[in-house]
Amino acid sequence: MGSPAVKQDRSLVPSAFEYAPAPESRDVVQLEKRYGLFIGGEFVEPRSGEFQPSISPATEEPLADVAYADAEDVALAVTAAREAFDDGWSDIAPAERAKYLYRIARILQERSREFAVLESLDGGKPIRESRDVDLPLAAAHFFYYAGWADKLEYAFPNRTPRPLGVAGQVIPWNFPLLMLSWKVAPALAAGNTVVLKPAETTPLTALLFCDVLRQAEVPPGVVNIVTGDGRAGAEVVKHPDVDKVAFTGSTEVGKEIQRAVAGTGKKLTLELGGKAANIIFDDAPLDQAVEGIVNGIYFNQGHVCCAGSRLLVQESIYEQVIAKLKRRMGTLRVGDPLDKNTDVGAINSKAQLDRITELVAAGEEEGAEIFQPPCRLPEKGWWFAPTVFTNVAQSYRIAQEEIFGPVLSVLTFRTPDEAVEKANNTPYGLSAGVWTEKGSRILSMAQQLRAGVIWANTYNRFDPGSPFGGYKESGFGREGGLHGLEPYMRLE
Amino acid sequence: MRLPVKKTYKLYIGGSFPRSESGRSYEVEGANVALASRKDLRDAVRAAREAFPKWAGMTAYNRGQVLYRVAEMMEGRREQFAELTGSEAEVNSAVDSWVWYAGWADKLGQVLGSSNPVAGPYFNFTVPEPTGVVGVVAPEEPALSGLVARLAPAIVGGNAVVLIASEHRPLAAVTLAEVLATSDVPGGVVNVLTGRKADLCPVLAGHMDVNAIDLAGVDGDRAELERLAAENVKRVVRNGEGQSPWHAAAFLELKTVWHPIGV
Repeated sequence: MGSPAVKQDRSLVPSAFEYAPAPESRDVVQLEKRYGLFIGGEFVEPRSGEFQPSISPATEEPLADVAYADAEDVALAVTAAREAFDDGWSDIAPAERAKYLYRIARILQERSREFAVLESLDGGKPIRESRDVDLPLAAAHFFYYAGWADKLEYAFPNRTPRPLGVAGQVIPWNFPLLMLSWKVAPALAAGNTVVLKPAETTPLTALLFCDVLRQAEVPPGVVNIVTGDGRAGAEVVKHPDVDKVAFTGSTEVGKEIQRAVAGTGKKLTLELGGKAANIIFDDAPLDQAVEGIVNGIYFNQGHVCCAGSRLLVQESIYEQVIAKLKRRMGTLRVGDPLDKNTDVGAINSKAQLDRITELVAAGEEEGAEIFQPPCRLPEKGWWFAPTVFTNVAQSYRIAQEEIFGPVLSVLTFRTPDEAVEKANNTPYGLSAGVWTEKGSRILSMAQQLRAGVIWANTYNRFDPGSPFGGYKESGFGREGGLHGLEPYMRLE
Repeated sequence: MRLPVKKTYKLYIGGSFPRSESGRSYEVEGANVALASRKDLRDAVRAAREAFPKWAGMTAYNRGQVLYRVAEMMEGRREQFAELTGSEAEVNSAVDSWVWYAGWADKLGQVLGSSNPVAGPYFNFTVPEPTGVVGVVAPEEPALSGLVARLAPAIVGGNAVVLIASEHRPLAAVTLAEVLATSDVPGGVVNVLTGRKADLCPVLAGHMDVNAIDLAGVDGDRAELERLAAENVKRVVRNGEGQSPWHAAAFLELKTVWHPIGV
C-alpha cells in the first residue's frame, strides 16, 4: 500500500488463541457472466454497448460484466417508469400496492443468505454484517413501508398526499442493497415508479434484486435499474421527466446535484457526508463506550456516512480510554469478508483505498500520532488496518474531512460546553454519539448537538421506523419512519 | 397649519434601525427608503446568527406568547397599516396570521415529531428543531400580509430571519419592523432589509451562514438563486400558499435520538 501508515511489523497476532477459518460458502450465489440493464421488467442490452467488470475488493477477481448506461439508456428507463406510472401503478388500489411490498420483504427474507454472500463478495463487507445488519434491515424496510401504502392519508393531517411520478435515485456503495431498500420502499409505497442507479463498484445485489421483482410479480417498469458510473447517475438526475431526485453519497456530488436540479422544480432529498463526534464523558460506562467507539468507526470498514470518526474524550479519562481502545483494536480480525469471524473486511475500491491512504499520510505529516494494531493483511485485494490518531488538532485534515475508512481521530475536552463547541465545529451534521450515565446531560447534549441522529449510550443503530438524515451540509430530507414518506409525496 | 413630522424609513438589523452603511436610499411610495448594500445583508446575517441560540432556546410557550404579542402590537396600529396598504382586510389577515402561528409554537413538536417503535430495546424519538438562519424574500404583493405569511412560519419554530422586503412597496415592512421592535421579539431574530432584490437576493442565496432560503416571493427565474443556494446545501422553499404548519416544517430539522432501555 506504500503508505507510511503501514510500515510497521504485522507478524504478531496478539489474540490469545487462533481462529480456524470459517468461510461462508459462495455456492449459494449463481452469477450470470454479464448483466444488461433492467428496463421495463426485463434485462436489455445497453444502447451504449459498454460493459465493465464488477470486481471483488477482497480478491480483485472480476465477478461479472455489468452494463454502463448512457443518456439514451437512462431515457429508455425513464420512459418505462413513466409508462408504468401512467398505466396504473399510481391508480392501483393502495392495499394491493402494499401487498407487492410485503412480497418483496418476504422474498428478501427467504433469499437472505444468497443476498448476504453476494453483498460481501461484491462490496467487501464482513459476512457477519451483511447477514446480521444489511439483509434484515433491507427486508424490514420493505415490510415497514408496505404498511404505509394504504395509510398515507393518516400521515399528513389535513392534507391529501399524492405521488410525485418518476423517482430518480442514485445510491452509494457502502450498503448497496440496504440503500436500495431505503430508496425504493418509500417511493413505491407512496405510489411512485423508480429509476435506480446503483453504485459503480457494487451493482450486483441490485441486479439480483431484479429477480425479486420478478418473483413478486411487480408490474414491468415500476422499478428500473440502470447500472454504470457517475455519468449514468448524472443522466438520471437531469432527465426532464424525472419528478423526484434522491441521492445518497458525498457532499461534493450532492452539491453538484442540487445545482443540476436548480430551477427545474424537481423535489430533492440529499443524504450526504458526515464527520460525527462520538463524545465520551468521564462518568460513562467505559467498556461499553469502547465497544461503541469500535462499532462507531470500524463497522463496515468505516465506510459509513454517520461513522463516529471524531472521538471526543473528556480529559480526565483520556489515558484510560485510549489504553482500552488500543487493547480492543488488537482483537479486531481483518480479512476475508466471507469468513464468519471477520470484523473488518476489504476496502471497497482501489480509489477509496487511495483516498484513505492519502488522508492518513496527511494526518502523520500534520503531526498526529498514529496507532495500528499488528495484523496480517491479505496479499491480494484492498485493505487498511484499523487506525487511530491521537494528538489531533481540530484544524488537521483528519479532523475536518470525511475519510470514509477505518480511521479514528481523537480529540479531548474538559467541559460539556467545550464538547458541544468542538462537536458542532464542522460543516456536516449527520450524527453524533454521547456516552454518560447522567440522564439530564444526555438530553442537554442531544439538544445542543446540531445533527440529525443522536445515539446516546449506543452507536450506529438503524431501524426502518427511525428517521435518518442530516443537518447543514449533510443534506436534507429524512429516510425512514413517517418522516421518510414526505419526500416522495406532493401534499395537496 | 402644522407641518407633519415625516418618518425616516431605515433598515432593521440586530434590533436597531440603522441607515444603509452605503449611505444610499431610493425613492419609493413617496419616501426615501434605505437602499441596503451587500454589507448590510452580511451584517444582518451576523445579527441573525447571534440571535438564533437565544430564540431557539426559549420555551415554545414563550415564543408563542411573543408572536401573539406581535399581533397585539399590530392591532394597535391597524389604522397606520391600513393607510400604508390601502386595505383593511389585508391588515386583518396579517394580524390574524400572527395569532394563528402563535398558537402553533407549542404544537409543532407534537404534530411533526414522533416516538418511533424500533425493533430493539431502545427508546427512540424524533423532534423538530429550527434549522438556523433563514433568508426570506417577501413577495412584492401583498406587501404586508404576503410578508407576514412567509415570516411568521419561519420564526415560530425558533429560526432567525433575514428578510428582503417588497422592493416596490417596502413601507409596510419597515413599519412592521417597528412593531417587532416593541413586541419582545429579541433583537436580531428578524432583520428587515429594503432595497434592490436583484442585488440582495444572490448574496442571501449564496451566503455560507444561511441555512435555508424562502424563494416563494421571488418573481421570475429562480434557477440562479437555487444554484447559489447549493453552495452550502441550503434548504430551498419554492412556494407556499395560505397558512400551514407544513410551511413552518420547511424550516425545521428533524432530530432523532436513540437510547437503550435497560436496568
